[in-house]
Amino acid sequence: MTRYMSLYFTRIGFSVATALIGVFFALPLVWFIFAPFNPRAELGLAIPDPFSLSNFETVFQNTFALRGLWNSLLQSVGGVVLVGGGATLASYALSRSPIPGKHIITYILLLFSSVVAGSAAMVPIFLIINGMGLIDTHIAVIMVFAGGLLPTAMFILRDFIDGIPRSYEESAMVAGASPVQAFFDVALPVIRPGVVVVVVWAFVNIWGSFLIPFILLRSSEKMPASVAIYSFYSEAGTPIVTLLAAYSLIYSLPVIALYLFVSWKFGFRFFGGIKA
Amino acid sequence: MASVSFDSVTKRFGDFTAVSNLGITIGDGEFVCLLGPSGCGKTTTLRMIAGLETPSAGRVMIGERDVTFMHPKDRKISMVFQDYALYPHMNLADNIAYPLKVRGESQEKRHARAREVADILKIGQLLERMPSQISGGQQQRTSLARALVYPSDVYLFDEPLSNLDAKLRLEARGFLNHLQRDLGMTAVYVTHDQAEAMALATRIAVMDAGIVVQYAPPLEVYRRPATTFVANFVGNPPMNLLPVEAMISDGALHLKAVGLATAPLRVTRAAAKALESGKSLTLGVRPEHLSLASGGEENTIAGQLFANENMGPEALVTLEREDAARFTARIFTDEMVALEGRVTLGFSSDHIHLFDERGLRLPLDHEED
Amino acid sequence: MRQFSLLSRTAGAAFMTPAGVLIGAFVIAPFFWVIYVSFTNRTLLGRTALNPEFVGLANYISLFDAGSFFTRGEFGFSLILTVQFVLFSALIGQAVLGMLLAWMLQSVPKSLKRLTEMVVIAAWILPEVVIAFAWFAFLDYDDGTLNMIMDALGLPRGDWLLSFPFWVIVVFNTWRGTAFSMMLFNSAFSSIPPSYFQAADVAGASSWQKFRDIGLPLIRGHVVTDLILITMWTFNVFTPFLLTAGGPSYRTEILPIYTYRVAFRDFEFGKGAAVGVIVMLINLVFALFYLWVARKRTAKVVA
Repeated sequence: MTRYMSLYFTRIGFSVATALIGVFFALPLVWFIFAPFNPRAELGLAIPDPFSLSNFETVFQNTFALRGLWNSLLQSVGGVVLVGGGATLASYALSRSPIPGKHIITYILLLFSSVVAGSAAMVPIFLIINGMGLIDTHIAVIMVFAGGLLPTAMFILRDFIDGIPRSYEESAMVAGASPVQAFFDVALPVIRPGVVVVVVWAFVNIWGSFLIPFILLRSSEKMPASVAIYSFYSEAGTPIVTLLAAYSLIYSLPVIALYLFVSWKFGFRFFGGIKA
Repeated sequence: MASVSFDSVTKRFGDFTAVSNLGITIGDGEFVCLLGPSGCGKTTTLRMIAGLETPSAGRVMIGERDVTFMHPKDRKISMVFQDYALYPHMNLADNIAYPLKVRGESQEKRHARAREVADILKIGQLLERMPSQISGGQQQRTSLARALVYPSDVYLFDEPLSNLDAKLRLEARGFLNHLQRDLGMTAVYVTHDQAEAMALATRIAVMDAGIVVQYAPPLEVYRRPATTFVANFVGNPPMNLLPVEAMISDGALHLKAVGLATAPLRVTRAAAKALESGKSLTLGVRPEHLSLASGGEENTIAGQLFANENMGPEALVTLEREDAARFTARIFTDEMVALEGRVTLGFSSDHIHLFDERGLRLPLDHEED
Repeated sequence: MRQFSLLSRTAGAAFMTPAGVLIGAFVIAPFFWVIYVSFTNRTLLGRTALNPEFVGLANYISLFDAGSFFTRGEFGFSLILTVQFVLFSALIGQAVLGMLLAWMLQSVPKSLKRLTEMVVIAAWILPEVVIAFAWFAFLDYDDGTLNMIMDALGLPRGDWLLSFPFWVIVVFNTWRGTAFSMMLFNSAFSSIPPSYFQAADVAGASSWQKFRDIGLPLIRGHVVTDLILITMWTFNVFTPFLLTAGGPSYRTEILPIYTYRVAFRDFEFGKGAAVGVIVMLINLVFALFYLWVARKRTAKVVA
C-alpha cells in the first residue's frame, strides 16, 4: 500500500515538475502564436481582436520579404542537392569500394568538420571565397554550407549503407547487371530512406542558418530570410512587429513541416540524434 | 548447362586461408552440395563460382570458359541468396523479371516469362505484391523464381532454406528435389544441414577448414565416410565414435575398450599398415545399426543407461560408460522401450567403421580391392 | 591480384570526388589557411589586403597582452566569459535540465510527455533568428511576457537585457539547447531493459535510488558523449549575437562574437585568424577527446 502510494506521489510530483518546465519552454513562444494574427501586434502578449490574416497580406505584398524566402529556398535546395548527391556517392564508395583507409577517412573528415566550425572558421572561409571572387554569390553560400555539412552527412549515410546487405547488389550483378546498373536499379532505391533523412537534416540546417549568408553576402537582394528579416526594423532600430511576427511564422513553417514529416516517417528519436 | 571445375583454387583473406587447393569438378547436370560447418569455406567456394570472390590462386572454369577473373554479370549463372535479396522497392513481378530487364528484354516479354515461372512455383497470384507483404516461404520461392527466370549455365544456392522454419524447410526441400528432377540443372548448393545435402545432392563435397575431405554421392558419404569428421557430420544422431586399442594376434584384429566386446576382425592391409606405428584406432558405429542385446555376447558395448528418449517411431537409447563416453542407439519401435541400470547394445561386424590415428577411414575387408 | 568488389577502386575514387572537393575547399583548406593568416597583418581593404606582411607572432602577442588581457572587449575577458557561458548554460543548464526531463518523462502520462517534448524540441528546431526575435519580445521592458508575469506575481519588473545580459544568454542558450540532451538521455534510458527497473520496483527502490543505482550508471557513456558535444557546440554558438549583439558594452561577447567583431567589424583578419586558430585548437582537443571516448565505447561493445 505504502509503496503504491509513494509511486503514485512520485508520478504526481514528476507530472507537476514536468509541466512547470514545459511552461518555461513554452512561455517565450506563446507570444509568437498570437502576434502573427494580430493586426495591431506589439511586443506584449495579447489575444488578437479581431483574428486577422492582414499581417500575412502585408508580407506577401512586400517583394523584399518574398525574395528573402525565395533566396532561402534557392540556397537550401542548392546546398541540399550538393550534400545529398555528394554524400550519397561518397558514402556508397566508403561502404562498398576497397579504398584503402576508408574507415579512418570518415573520422578524419568528421574531426575537421567539428573543428572548423562557427565564426572561427568564417575568417579563412571568407578569405577563400573572397580569393575565388565569389563574395556575394549564392553559389558561395551553397558550397560553404555543403562543405561543412558533408562530413556529418557522409558519416550518417555510411552507417546506413553499411547496414544494408551487400547481397542486394551481388544478386543484381549475378543476374547480369553492371556495377552502374546495380547502383541505380538496386542500391540507390534501397538507400533512399537514409538519403531522405540526410537531405531533410541538411535543409533544416541551411534554412535556419544566419552566420554564413550574413558574412558571405553583401547585396540585400541575395539575402536569405534569416538575414532579410533584419530589414524589418525601422530606421531607429525598433521592429515592425506585425510584419516580423507574420514573416517569422512563414519562415518557420518549412522547418515545422519537415520536422513533422520526419517524426511521422522515422519516429522523432532518429531526428534527435542528427541535428547540429 | 555446363560443368564447373576448380583447378587448385586457394582463397586467402589476409592470414586466413578460407579455401585451400580445391580441385573438384561438378559435372554437367549434377546437383552438388557443399556441406560443412560454418567457416569451412563452402560459401567462399560458391562465391568464387559466382565471381563475388576472386581466387588468390588457381583457376575456376565454367564449361570451357576460364571465369577466374570474369565479372559476375558475364558468367551466365543464377544464384539464390540466403537472405533472398529481394528488392524491397519492386513488386514480385519486377523482382523476378529483373535479370531479363538487365538483358534488355521488353516489359511485355519480361512479365510473361515472370508469370510463367511464378506459376510453376505457385506464386503466380502474388505478382503484384511487394516483398514485405508476403511470407518467408513465398519470399524464398520468389528468389528461386528470379534465379530460374532465364537459362543459366550453373545455378547457385547459398543456404536458401536456412531462414525457413522446420516445417517449411522440409516442404521447400521436397520442391527443390522435384524441380531438379524436372530441369536437370547444374547446381551447386551450400548447406550446413546434412539432411538437406543427403536429400538433394547427386554428389556431396564435405568441407572442413577449407579442404574438401570427401567428394562422393550421398550414400557413399553415408556408408563409407572418409574421415571421422565426415562420420560425425553426416547422420543424425551422428555416428558413435569410440577410441579403441587395437592389436593383431593369431592373424586377426582385436579391438579393446571399456565395456566393448568385439569379434576378431580380418586384418586388412590398411589396418596392418596403420598399426605399424601405433595401436590406437577409432571404432565407429551408427546409432541405427545398434540394437538392444544381452550382456556377454560378442560385438556389444555396455554401460549405464543415461537417457531413453521415445520419439514415436523410434527411440534413442543412450548409455554412458565408466569413462563418461556415451553411445547412442536408434531403436526402431513404436513401443516404449523399458530399460533400467546396465544396458548392452549390439552391432554387426558389417556395420562398423574403423579410422586410423589421423581420423582417416580404414577400408574393411569387403571394401578392400 | 585482381579482386572483385561491388565498386571498383577507380569508381570509388570518382564517387568520392565531389564531396572530397567541397570538403577540401571549405573545411580542410580553411583549417590550414587560417593558421597562415594568423601570422600576417591581413586586412580587408588597403595595402595589406593584397600584400599582407608576415608579422610572426604579433597577433598572438597582442591577444595575450598582459596589460589589457582581462579588459572588457579583449580576448582574455571573452575567453573567461565563454568558459562561464559553457559551464552554466551547457554543462549545468542543458545537461542537468535535459537529464531531469528525460528521467521524469519516463513516468509521466503520455500526453504530458508528448506535449513537453514538443515545446522543448520546438525551442531547438526553430530558426535561430525567429527564436531570437521571440526572446526579444519575451524580455521587452514595457510589454514583454516576462515582465507581465512578474507584475502578476507582484515582483519587480526588470530590464533584463540591460541589467543581466550574461544571465539572459545563459538561460537563453539553456532553453535553446536542452532538447538535444533530453532526447539523447531519453533514448538512452529507453534502451535499458524495463525489467531492470521493475526488479528495483519489486525491491522497493525509490525513483531517486533507481536513477542513482541503475539509470545513471547504465547511461554513463551517453552522458560523456552528451557533455562533450554540447560543450563543443556551445563553445562555438553564434546565436546569442542575435539577441544581444555582444553587448551591452561587451558583457555578452563570447568568443564566437568576439571573433566576428575583430574580423568582420574591425576587419583585423590577422588578429581574427589568431583567435580562430586558438578556438580551433580548443575544438580539436574536445574533438579528439570525443573520438577517443567514442572509440573506447565501440571497442567495449565489440569485446
